[in-house]
Amino acid sequence: MRILQSMKIYADNAATTRLSQTALAAMMPCFSETYGNPSSLHSVGQKAAEALYAARAAIAKELNCDAKEIYFTSGGSESDNQALMSGAAWGAKKGKKQIISTAIEHHAVLHTLDKLKKQGFSVTLLPVGEAGLVSAAQVEEAIGPDTCLVSVMTANNEIGTIQPIDEIGAVCKKHGVLFHTDAVQAAGTLPIDVKQSGVDYLSLSAHKFHGPKGTGVLFARKGAMLETLIEGGAQERGKRAGTENLPGIVGMAAALHEACEKREENVAKLLPLRERLIEGLAKIPYSMLNGDRNMRLPGNVNFCFEGVEGESLLLLLDDRGIEASSGSACTSGALDPSHVLLAIGRPHEIAHGSLRLTIAPDITEEEVDYIIASVGEVVAYLRSFSPLWKKTHG
Amino acid sequence: MALYSEKVMDHFRHPRNVGVIENADGVGEVGNAKCGDIMKIYLKIENDIIVDAKFETFGCGSAIASSSMATELIIGKPVSEALALTNKAVVEALDGLPAHKLHCSVLAEEAIKQALKDYYDRHGIAYDPKPLEPCDTCCLPEQEHDR
Repeated sequence: MRILQSMKIYADNAATTRLSQTALAAMMPCFSETYGNPSSLHSVGQKAAEALYAARAAIAKELNCDAKEIYFTSGGSESDNQALMSGAAWGAKKGKKQIISTAIEHHAVLHTLDKLKKQGFSVTLLPVGEAGLVSAAQVEEAIGPDTCLVSVMTANNEIGTIQPIDEIGAVCKKHGVLFHTDAVQAAGTLPIDVKQSGVDYLSLSAHKFHGPKGTGVLFARKGAMLETLIEGGAQERGKRAGTENLPGIVGMAAALHEACEKREENVAKLLPLRERLIEGLAKIPYSMLNGDRNMRLPGNVNFCFEGVEGESLLLLLDDRGIEASSGSACTSGALDPSHVLLAIGRPHEIAHGSLRLTIAPDITEEEVDYIIASVGEVVAYLRSFSPLWKKTHG
Repeated sequence: MALYSEKVMDHFRHPRNVGVIENADGVGEVGNAKCGDIMKIYLKIENDIIVDAKFETFGCGSAIASSSMATELIIGKPVSEALALTNKAVVEALDGLPAHKLHCSVLAEEAIKQALKDYYDRHGIAYDPKPLEPCDTCCLPEQEHDR
């Protein structure tokens, strides 16, 4: 096959993003000048404490909450764990032991729910249908007298579907149930307003919006129960011990501010390019878009191609300078393909042939066309010697 | 990519012996779509020698590389040698496979055995069925793959 290495297109922004220059610039003084421990009483420590407070206030402003409702964590997974364990602890206290979530949550949520199941909680995972969406009505129907917590992600990391968080928040409020949302994929492209959505807990991860890795946020509404997962010092008002990752936190605050400030501009850039990519890939025979056509993140494109396997597809695209991901079992070392693709009704053999392209606003029309052409060629090539393809469409 | 050796990537990028043999003397197909890999191997056998082998594979990089290497290893060899080909030999020839990909090499070994069984059946040749029994390697827990 012809290999073109001149192109280099990073289309895996749902996995992680490149650190923004603004975030990097904000972080640098934390290593060399503001290197103190924010818990220290001396000058350099107090400078660090000021920087920490400023970052907390800046993030609170973006989310429309109080600075005291922001807890810094190591990232989205920790925030998800802490939110669920906290909601469950509140439920246990009230004698309510049912938790409602969806079949397409991130494993940080699903595996924590498995753990809670072993502790005696009952977990209801709502089906999402082929569009990959849940409705507030579904949530309301599932809520019973025993329900303590609802956890529904704002946007899905694989198929990019956007859930009706505001409506679900209103339902939870009406029934006196705690509500958590994993908003890790949403920051930067969707507006996040914790007052409007009525969430009690919200998880964010800096590296998904061009901030640094290893830093995240848990928003916990004032009065919502918060369990401590990491014991030790009194950092984060005793709810998360450990010396704060100041460079990470400062970088995250800068990245979030930049992402929110440029959100509308970025979305306006992304939407037509996403549409071009979807329309181009849809022309490949026996391809199908995964996730709702409209209720999806502006940078998310996810397709299945019958008769090909995702890992082969990724390796050949990488040879052509295109960096993407797949829900194929082979790419993760798991036995089954992505639980999200199975939940939207894709059969195993089709789910193995999935390709996720998550684009950033700096992508050009020319690059999108190059992706479309490359995917078309690679899919046709792999099909040319695929016994599965011959069996089904030969 | 550091996941695979140079050899694996070479056989994945430039697979040898891709295709179909019309009027093959033996054809073997193993794996299943649900698990994400299907391997089909075609053999041309003359005077007990494998004169040609071709493959078609639906699967990951290591499945394609394993098919390619396995066909390379048996072309020109007597049937008895092809029958003795182990997945270990395929792995070694590829300069290793990651632990969770070893089952791809098992598929290659089995596809060849199935093709030889088909050859014996078609030509009415008596054989010991024991070494030719398919073992269900697909969809087993991970440690089962690491053999």
